[in-house]
Amino acid sequence: MLPRQDLYPGYDVLAKRDGPSWNAKTRAVLDERLAIGPEMRRFFDEAEWMTLKALAARIVPQPADREVPVPVAALVDYKLAIGEHDGYRDATMPDEREAWRQGLRALDAEARAQFGARFHELSTWAQDELLKLAERGELTDAAWASMPSKLFFKHRVLGDVVKAYYAHPTAWNEIGWGGPASPRGYVRMDFDRRDPWEAAEAKPGREDEAYAENLRVGD
Amino acid sequence: MRIPGLGNAADNPKHGTPGDDPEHHPRARDGRAPNVMRIGEWVPMRQHRDEDEVDFAVVGTGAGGGTLACRLAEAGFSVVAFDAGPYFRPLEDFASDESHQSKLYWTDERIVDGENPLQMGSNNSGKAVGGSTVHYAMVALRFRPEWFKARTLMGYGADWPIDWREMWHYYDQVEDDLKISGPVNYPWGPHRRRYHRRAHEINAAAKVLARGAEAMGIDWTPTPLATISAPRGDAPPCVYRGFCTLGCSTNAKQSVLVTYLPRALKAGAEIRDLAMVGRIETSNGRATGVHYHREGRWRFQRAKNVVVAGYAIETPRLLLMSANREFPDGLANSSGLVGRNLMVQGNQAVWGVFNEEIRSYKGPPSLAISEHWNYDDKGSGPFAKDFFGGYSYMSQGPLPQLWANTQASAHGLWGEALVAEMQRYNHVAGLKVVSEYMPQERNRVTLSDVKDRYGLPVARITYSWCDNDKALNRHALKFLRQALEAAGGREIWDQGDDTCHLNGTARMGNDKRTSVVDADCRSWDIPNLWICDGSVFPTVGGVNPSLTIQAIALRTADRIFAARGA
Repeated sequence: MLPRQDLYPGYDVLAKRDGPSWNAKTRAVLDERLAIGPEMRRFFDEAEWMTLKALAARIVPQPADREVPVPVAALVDYKLAIGEHDGYRDATMPDEREAWRQGLRALDAEARAQFGARFHELSTWAQDELLKLAERGELTDAAWASMPSKLFFKHRVLGDVVKAYYAHPTAWNEIGWGGPASPRGYVRMDFDRRDPWEAAEAKPGREDEAYAENLRVGD
Repeated sequence: MRIPGLGNAADNPKHGTPGDDPEHHPRARDGRAPNVMRIGEWVPMRQHRDEDEVDFAVVGTGAGGGTLACRLAEAGFSVVAFDAGPYFRPLEDFASDESHQSKLYWTDERIVDGENPLQMGSNNSGKAVGGSTVHYAMVALRFRPEWFKARTLMGYGADWPIDWREMWHYYDQVEDDLKISGPVNYPWGPHRRRYHRRAHEINAAAKVLARGAEAMGIDWTPTPLATISAPRGDAPPCVYRGFCTLGCSTNAKQSVLVTYLPRALKAGAEIRDLAMVGRIETSNGRATGVHYHREGRWRFQRAKNVVVAGYAIETPRLLLMSANREFPDGLANSSGLVGRNLMVQGNQAVWGVFNEEIRSYKGPPSLAISEHWNYDDKGSGPFAKDFFGGYSYMSQGPLPQLWANTQASAHGLWGEALVAEMQRYNHVAGLKVVSEYMPQERNRVTLSDVKDRYGLPVARITYSWCDNDKALNRHALKFLRQALEAAGGREIWDQGDDTCHLNGTARMGNDKRTSVVDADCRSWDIPNLWICDGSVFPTVGGVNPSLTIQAIALRTADRIFAARGA
């Protein structure tokens, strides 16, 4: 595993907001998403919220020096508050909202039973140990009721938390995705070709070139 | 920079109506429907009263229902086409955003079980006027001729009651209607007419497929696609923005929403958006109309004929929900096969990392294809075929949310491992199959005890692989891995759990004991009830089903005209 790097230095997909790659609808949708603050919470209660935030920090960890972290927990809360659904559930699972409440309560119960503290109070090592057990379906505290911890981890934790993070422009910058592209689209399609409005990747020793290119994506 | 005829208008929706919300208030009403090709404009729409007995009530406006409604209206029949979803205006309503565009999917609750529970709601289920064609990947392929006689000629599944030469005629017609962009020569199958538009330029992800295929000594080709490569009326050519499976915001995609439905309206069809049909009424062995929910209440539309076109979950669900004293097991179900033989297709993939920048998010997701394993029945050496059926495979272009979700749920990455791997997004390419799974009666749609927001029973979807499906999966993943490696891929991994498309829950056939509808897609039990979608497929083949659904819809229209003339 390579460590996370600043692979697209200076790239900000939001620099393209007022250009030909964003239509009016896209601007409206992203404005709404970017207005979601880190403590915006409508669906979860206080106890669930602490657990969710700790959980999100383990599933999609963010650099400690990031000035404005992606509000992952708030994005998950937002999805549940507006009642957005996947469109299916395993026969052994309750619906999305109930699964989340039940799963977060159960994780907390497991933390207390195994480590004597609430989930968000545990060290990251202990949190990861519990998450690995959930991933394998080996958490079976009564608080899970009939919901398999494995499916909670796969469908809710991985599904909702990961999608929340990668719905945010900060995550798009990190991976060098071009972002919204209507109506302009793209022109250069071949290997190792980029349009001037796409992120430039830092090649070893040539980081300054990428940085300069990335400041121009909104031109 | 502005793209003529497109950008200025899309950036300035000044004609927007205050309070206009297609997801909560119907747009097709008051004698008009949206002109989807022009910002803020409308087209006139003929309307019928509920008490008028219309010639045809069509339930669903996707590949099957929308195409058939168009042809029926053009032949002079009175038609009302219902869709549970919104009437979107792509130029105004479609954002370049994965999360937001999930509004195109059927996300009402469904319960899944079986040994290999299906993932529903995104790539296989649409809820919009135009159906799943609004978000499909536009891959426009014909069946292999032998598949129409799979049982007789190839020893598996069931025969279709339609001859391939007749299908070839209807494929010609639908390819013309959609102005398919494709290669000059298609490498597999019998001769076909030249495609109507040049093939699209292929991106790096597609060139990876080409390299791999050439190294493996098999044919490949640019994929025939239902997105135009030259202007057509108000539609501009594709700009390669890469959001195809999330809705095309420029109208280059030739979905039913922008092709057959505008024709249907012009010919006098009525379209009712946000109209959920919950029950078909019968009397004396004939359908008499449909109960539907719209604008907060249940209503009843009288009709001389009913066409069910809700795709392979909603179609059997509606037939089963319509059980009554005359038909206690559900409509059209004397064979007991309504809901059975549900067929998805394998959508498994291999993914790898490349030294070059690939940036597969540019362009339609599947610009290159190989159908080799649909046409080679034997194979050899490590790739000798030990299963029935075949598969095609295509290049891929997942956007970040889908890609991250794939890395998490299928590759098992989370934490630092996930965020670090995601940074290689621009260097990843993959090959993904559309493969032929077998019909099995145990794979089925039934009604659960859970009720949806309309008070209707939620569908329960039960799905398990058989041994043949598993053998096919093994062959496909093994071949794809070698092809990707030969193309320069490193750190290759298998995505073994994905499926796509829905077919087979109301199969057609020559015998009323073993099929739900006849060759004309007319119910054996109820003479004025038709089914027109992927549900009628007896086998599923190794290609995307939309072109075949549309070809059958055109044929069904002709059969209805012939019956009227007789």
